[in-house]
Amino acid sequence: MNAQLNDAELAESAKAAPAAPTSARRDAASIAALHDAEAADVHGDVSVDDVHLAAELAGADASATASADVAEYAMRLGDDALILSQRLGWWISRAPELEEDMALANIALDLLGHARSLLHYAGTASARTEDDLAYWRDEHEFRCAWLFEQPNGDFAHTIARGLIAAIWMQELYTALSRSTDASLAAIAAKAVKEVAYHRDHAVQWTLRLAGGTEESRARMLVGLTDLWPYIDELFRDDELHDRLGDIAPRPSSLRAGFDEVWSAVLAEAEIAEADFVNPKIGQSSGGGRFGNHSTHLGPLLAEMQVLARRHPGATW
Amino acid sequence: MSTPGDVAGEGWPLYEVFVRANRGLSHVHVGSLHAPDDDMALRNARDLYTRRNEGVSVWVVRSSAITTSDPDLKGAFFESPAGKNYRHAKYYEKSAEVPHL
Repeated sequence: MNAQLNDAELAESAKAAPAAPTSARRDAASIAALHDAEAADVHGDVSVDDVHLAAELAGADASATASADVAEYAMRLGDDALILSQRLGWWISRAPELEEDMALANIALDLLGHARSLLHYAGTASARTEDDLAYWRDEHEFRCAWLFEQPNGDFAHTIARGLIAAIWMQELYTALSRSTDASLAAIAAKAVKEVAYHRDHAVQWTLRLAGGTEESRARMLVGLTDLWPYIDELFRDDELHDRLGDIAPRPSSLRAGFDEVWSAVLAEAEIAEADFVNPKIGQSSGGGRFGNHSTHLGPLLAEMQVLARRHPGATW
Repeated sequence: MSTPGDVAGEGWPLYEVFVRANRGLSHVHVGSLHAPDDDMALRNARDLYTRRNEGVSVWVVRSSAITTSDPDLKGAFFESPAGKNYRHAKYYEKSAEVPHL
């Protein structure tokens, strides 16, 4: 009988549930029924199957088309996120503990989400999909900064790279969420919340490694020594930023905010720059924004792209 | 008393995780995890147990801080209430003279 009731009839019968008796003659059954009715009213229909999936790609309007300059800018940020995500994916099953596997994988997936949104938007300028951009561009066509292509090294290296990346990304996406380009602003507004967590993760581990054992502190310092040269590239302005105007923050304008957080984290970890900066090594001349990459990007791309290129159109 | 699930030789201590799904509901035990300290346990719990919008609040507590009942003493602990119907309100006759009870 019940099986023949449609949803509307079920809703009607729920409304027709007996009203609460007001006399003192309440028995246990009527009290239970009363509780059931109240529960139904308060919580409404509850279903575990009925999950509303959010839109996969962030952006004000899926049909928005980027100009050539905006596309170039979105490609830079999208490549930063994509390449760092690919790097972090290596840690899955290799992190010090299962819980850390999950943390690094979560961060990698957040970054992959940012990359998808940004590359989708970048692709609208040239009628290419996010997958076209990820899998069918060659090394010189990638626009990521050198920081993101640096090897994972040991766990401390990964944390040092993540710390620089997350502090920078948080400054960047905070500023970019005020962009006059609605799509970039929407992507940044979603990303900034996730990046805040990435920064927290890197800060927590920096403090623990620096304040842990002699071994962990020594490794943290080596990590900082090796990644420090890739900071300046993130803050170099070029002609693209002149042309973009209010659409994107100038990289140099983000430096003060970065330095403030960077200094505070190092101070709390009781690390002075003199502890890790190698005076013989200056800042890299990294030209990732113009397609000139370190030797590390090629092998990464080979691994990331081989399946899509060996079996074009493969699905699973 | 040993802590259930705590294995000797683990580098990190075990934590129990409690998640509250919504305002007005209680925190419910959802599982356990390993973490180097309390702060990281909270972050690991966020990563492991709130991946699909499960919660608005998370508690973690060292498993060793929880005192549990002994499964072998089930009889003494949990079977005693049987037959003690006077502990249920239903056991009592309502007096007709008393309204609003």
